[in-house]
Amino acid sequence: METVVHKKPTPETEAEKRERIVAMMQEYQGQTGCLIQVLHRAQEIYGYLPVDIQQLIAETLDVPLSEVSGVSSFYSLFTTKPRGEYTIRVCLGTACYVRGGQDIVKKLRQTLGLELGETTADGKFTLEVMRCIGACGLAPAITVNETVMRQVNPDKIGRILAMCD
Amino acid sequence: MIQMTINGKQVQAPEGLSVLEAAKHNNVLIPHLCYLEGVHQAGSCRICVVEVEGARTLQASCMVKAADGMVVKTNTQRVRQARKVLYELMLSDHPRDCLSCNRNQNCEFQHLGELLQISDFRFEGERSRTSIDASSPSVIRDTNKCIMCRRCVTACNEVQGAGILNVQGRGFHSTIGPPDGLPLGTVNCSNCGQCVMVCPVGALGEHDDTDVVWDALLNPKKRVVVQTAPAVRVALGEEFGLPAGTIVTGKMAAALREMGFDDIFDTNFTADLTILEEGNEFLQRVTAAIKGEPAVLPMMTSCSPGWIKYVEHEFPDQLDHLSSCKSPHMMLGALAKTYYANRIGCDPKDMTVVSVMPCTAKKFEITRPEMFFEGLPTVDAVLTTRELARMVKDAGIDFTKLEDEEFDNPLGFSTGAADIFGASGGVMEAALRTVYEVVTGREIPFENLAVEPVRGLSQVKEASVTIEGCLPEFDYLEGVTVRVAVTSGLAGAKKLMKQIAAGTSPYHFIEVMGCPGGCISGGGQPRPTNKAVREARMKAIYAEDAGKPKRKSHENPFVNQLYAEFLEKPLGHRSHELLHTHYVERGRYNERVKK
Repeated sequence: METVVHKKPTPETEAEKRERIVAMMQEYQGQTGCLIQVLHRAQEIYGYLPVDIQQLIAETLDVPLSEVSGVSSFYSLFTTKPRGEYTIRVCLGTACYVRGGQDIVKKLRQTLGLELGETTADGKFTLEVMRCIGACGLAPAITVNETVMRQVNPDKIGRILAMCD
Repeated sequence: MIQMTINGKQVQAPEGLSVLEAAKHNNVLIPHLCYLEGVHQAGSCRICVVEVEGARTLQASCMVKAADGMVVKTNTQRVRQARKVLYELMLSDHPRDCLSCNRNQNCEFQHLGELLQISDFRFEGERSRTSIDASSPSVIRDTNKCIMCRRCVTACNEVQGAGILNVQGRGFHSTIGPPDGLPLGTVNCSNCGQCVMVCPVGALGEHDDTDVVWDALLNPKKRVVVQTAPAVRVALGEEFGLPAGTIVTGKMAAALREMGFDDIFDTNFTADLTILEEGNEFLQRVTAAIKGEPAVLPMMTSCSPGWIKYVEHEFPDQLDHLSSCKSPHMMLGALAKTYYANRIGCDPKDMTVVSVMPCTAKKFEITRPEMFFEGLPTVDAVLTTRELARMVKDAGIDFTKLEDEEFDNPLGFSTGAADIFGASGGVMEAALRTVYEVVTGREIPFENLAVEPVRGLSQVKEASVTIEGCLPEFDYLEGVTVRVAVTSGLAGAKKLMKQIAAGTSPYHFIEVMGCPGGCISGGGQPRPTNKAVREARMKAIYAEDAGKPKRKSHENPFVNQLYAEFLEKPLGHRSHELLHTHYVERGRYNERVKK
């Protein structure tokens, strides 16, 4: 398998990340309907969306905090908890589901000792599931950070995890 | 007007209405639940579905605009079955403990079940299990009972512009609440209770303090003093089946006496007192401004604790604009435990002061440390109009049959100027009646003392009064035009505060009430409070004023006696100690207080 798994970007300080988020939001000044986009980019920068980052976004965009938190809690791709260095997401869309997605979830839960949404104690792996990512031809698919892994089965999990360090 | 056909009949309706409203206009009832008069947005419950000719699916009549030539059927078998299924699905995730729910017999969901003739629980499925949020001293959330109609979201976001409540989460697990699962008592909620007013079920209610009050009444060592706000007397009757706008002042006093309260005082008394303190504070600020001394204008009223907490959160840098006067019931509490306690030889520790208010925010207000005097709370419990009604029923009193009784003195007499505090514009009108006369020695030049421009239910009202013919000691005010504004509801307040923050406010004096229409539609009033009910209560308030022999606060003989015996003069040392307060910079998300 030639796939390369990208690590999360090099660590920045919290203050630097906040600064980048503030700078990013300037692009959206005066625009309405940009909340999802801003949350998405803020999560890319910060890794997750704790309430103080949501507060920063709410204040800058002049949107109620309850609306920001309503949107971030609606979409499963937004998270309010820190993620591990590698986020593994198993697709459970229809095609991946019928081709054994659940078995992959089971294997990952056993191997990593995690429930869905949890992160390992060493901060390395986070396990999540997702709905269809549009890679049905590659089913069953999983993603590790931004990399899509094709035709995964439980026997391949050990090798995939070994690629992550 | 448009022409349409409803259930085979040709009807007419004004343009711009929804099908539901057009049907109502023609006396055709379409059962509905989440619809909210005037501000409806969500269309979430679908109970009001109808058949519209040409549409493939059933249409939510609250969301579809009525159009010329439209053919609508509201009661076909298909419609009736859909309504029932929708209702039963909602019911499958509802506690069904109606007998012990505080909305029993006053629940829109329960009424709807009767209207739709539901006789069976056909669907049993997973149930939401959430815990009760009792963190706020004002508003209790029990999301187990929530039917997700989103009316409270509309009230909080669209009507009040406060944005505290929104849908959180997704699908079956979604709840209505503050951000990030935070308890209501920890966020920037003003406690206005407008969410409570629109909740069709028992999911949102006031923090119940009836037990605290019963305990005090049953304790023979306690002297229990009660006071009632101006807006309670025009609404309480509704809880006993009387029409909206029935004035029940005398029956209310009788009921309170029968329940065992020792002193039946009237918050109206301290409303009159507020006018003297606040009016003088305003004169002082204007005088300073004219003399070129530092003065913060416009001055803003401070009677509404929901508005106060809101401005402390949203505009913490502008708190100098607020009058330093406490709200009238806090003034009465402070006087009861000092002036009155001393007069009757009662240790303030043995006195319990209870306020009956149209308001949920006042429950928070009495917990503010600034409101304590010598280590004691000055008001011990706040009951909403609804809670008082519950206590009257619990006491076995046949309210509508009571003979009228009077308030007790010295803290029970009031002028008509105090009555109108209950409606938006009333504080301003009362202040103008007094200030104008103090400065000129003549009555304010409005027919029958009615300052019409500041009356009514509009969001922002304006007036200006030019002062002419001043008494010699006020000659520096000759020819000055005082510009005033009145707003009710937090969305209107935000508009005026933005002007102030930007330095463009053209006004000298602004009245703000936290709830739309003022205290007559406060968060503690009987439900439903809709436009017709508001108007009826408002009319009653002005009728109460017009019927009083004295209609100007400075003519209240007991207020004058209080100054002579105790306070000495407006804004004097004792006034500052007992009747005035300061405010807290809370920050937009409560963060300045949390730190």
